[in-house]
Amino acid sequence: MWMIAWREAVRALSRNPLRSFLTVLGVVIGVAAVIALVTLGRGATAAVQQQIAAMGSNVLFISPSRGFGPGSATVPFSVEDARFLEREAATIAIAAPAAATNRTVIAGNQSTTTQIVGIGEGYLAARQWPVIEGREPTPGELRSGAAVCLFGQTVATALFGDRSPIGERVRLDKLTCTVIGVLAAKGQSAFGSDQDDVVMVPLRLYHRRIAGNTQVRFIIAAVAPGYTSREAIAEVQQLLRERRRVAPNESDNFRITDSREIERTFTATTRMLTALLSAVAAISLVVGGIGIMNIMLVSVTERTREIGIRLAIGARAVDVMTQFLVEAVVLSLAGGAIGIVLALGASYLAAQALGFPFLVDLGVIALAVLFSAAVGVVFGFLPARRAARLDPIVALRQE
Amino acid sequence: MSNAAQPRTGALPLVVLEGISRVYGSGDAAVTALAGIDLTVASGEFVALMGPSGSGKSTCMNVIGCLDTPTAGRYTLAGLEVTALDADARALLRRYVIGFVFQGFHLLPRLTALENVELPLLYQGVKAAERRARAQAALAQVGLSGREGHRPSELSGGQQQRVAIARAIVTRPQLLLADEPTGNLDSARSHEIMQLLAALNATLGVTIVMVTHEPEMAEYAGRIVHFRDGRIEREERGGLCG
Ligand SMILES: Nc1ncnc2c1ncn2[C@@H]1O[C@H](COP(=O)(O)OP(=O)(O)OP(=O)(O)O)[C@@H](O)[C@H]1O
Ligand SMILES: [Mg+2]
Repeated sequence: MWMIAWREAVRALSRNPLRSFLTVLGVVIGVAAVIALVTLGRGATAAVQQQIAAMGSNVLFISPSRGFGPGSATVPFSVEDARFLEREAATIAIAAPAAATNRTVIAGNQSTTTQIVGIGEGYLAARQWPVIEGREPTPGELRSGAAVCLFGQTVATALFGDRSPIGERVRLDKLTCTVIGVLAAKGQSAFGSDQDDVVMVPLRLYHRRIAGNTQVRFIIAAVAPGYTSREAIAEVQQLLRERRRVAPNESDNFRITDSREIERTFTATTRMLTALLSAVAAISLVVGGIGIMNIMLVSVTERTREIGIRLAIGARAVDVMTQFLVEAVVLSLAGGAIGIVLALGASYLAAQALGFPFLVDLGVIALAVLFSAAVGVVFGFLPARRAARLDPIVALRQE
Repeated sequence: MSNAAQPRTGALPLVVLEGISRVYGSGDAAVTALAGIDLTVASGEFVALMGPSGSGKSTCMNVIGCLDTPTAGRYTLAGLEVTALDADARALLRRYVIGFVFQGFHLLPRLTALENVELPLLYQGVKAAERRARAQAALAQVGLSGREGHRPSELSGGQQQRVAIARAIVTRPQLLLADEPTGNLDSARSHEIMQLLAALNATLGVTIVMVTHEPEMAEYAGRIVHFRDGRIEREERGGLCG
């Protein structure tokens, strides 16, 4: 009986494919939204976790402004501040000063605009960022500000293609320097920027020939083994407040971010987005359900005679009820299936475009199937009951 | 109980109508379709109902077929008091005990002839292969082999009527109710169908109640009951079996 009800329902609905499709559009959209969201969300989370791992765990970013943007009356850091932290903070193993700006790099007739980072001693070690070809700058080169540079993968490929850039002379603005190494690939940062689109030079060279000042824009600090980043943050905060003479009632005039905090911020953002869009999806499922209910009510009216005939040849009320309920469930399940296919297709393309991994959550798909079936049952109930309550004689007389 | 409506001697009563009346609507608009019917049909009997249009024959058939509930009176089918049963129980009687050929055919327009005939078996839970075989056999019995795949709209009135007959007999019901089963058939076809019904009655002992306007067809029945204005006017013995 059930199998037959399914088959009959499929047939009844495929007689009017356009109407059936329009009926389930709400469910399609609702399910597609949820699945796409969850799939992309998982991909994004995985991507962020990869990047956080790539960024180096237990690394603190210390910047002299309070927020990410340019703060009002920012007191800049100096190279001395970094040395001070490395010396005074027991929880910090390495504190490396750095500054960055965007410039055009020219090699022969190729050029690209990229981020130039001036790095102090320990920067690469703190970020756990190896050089995979060539060599790192020596401490001597860093101290003297030698005209040498490291290429990120993106820059190396842009300017030299498959050729090795080691030993080549390139121009940064008016400055000429020699490429001594290529950095390992890092991928995207948690905020979507390409971390490999970078050229690194000694901070001293950067100060003298590129920035024209001696400001340190941020300090990268590696937490010493045996300490948590929480402990390190507390100590650094304490030391910097004293050193920068922040009154006890004033708030910090610097900002300490650890890699975990970036992850937490990201997770919180994703969670909020998920909640928001889930609400949208829920609303569209309800709207979709009402659409199904509406069409099923129309269908019951249209098919009153059919119901009468079925009752006359021996269908019980429950059989008629089953038939119409199954029809509603088939409708909404079909909508759910279309939604799932659409969502997976779209999130595959989006994941490719954004460089996220494409991670399908089978649990959510099962849930979507369950939900669309539930929508069919809930919103098919009223029309099905109306059909089941028809009086056979009255129904048969209907034109 | 009217003396004229007594069953033939010996046989068990299958259908017993006692003082059945059916009034449609209420107040000034009330229409009395049946005004106190007493009728007993014995198991294995073949009864024809005749009478002018609007005399209540179809209404009476609907009551016997457990489709309509009488306004007053008592109806007993095979010892079960139908007037005391709920809708589901009556549905099961229609499913397992009764075959009904409706005056207006009542085929499902979107199903093929074969599927229409299979439908009552489907509700009986008969397996697909058997369902198909029995439906094909029933269509063959009414002379419609080769028309299995046609929809009602692709069949003539007479052919539709025969599909309706096949649907009523496919379940091998104990009680066959046929409301003008030959109303749309030519004389030769009508006689074929009547012979089929007579054979079902004679060989399988199917009890048949049939409405007809044609005295020629009524002759096949063992008893003819005449209706007028919602009452039984008189009864007579049929020609062939009487
Ligand atoms: N659902 C209904 N509502 C109101 N009146 C009805 C209804 N069904 C039947 N009637 C009335 O009941 C009376 C008997 O109708 P019925 O259909 O039983 O007649 P019939 O003997 O079968 O006639 P025919 O030979 O034309 O088929 C008619 O007057 C008809 O108008
Ligand atoms: Mg009639």
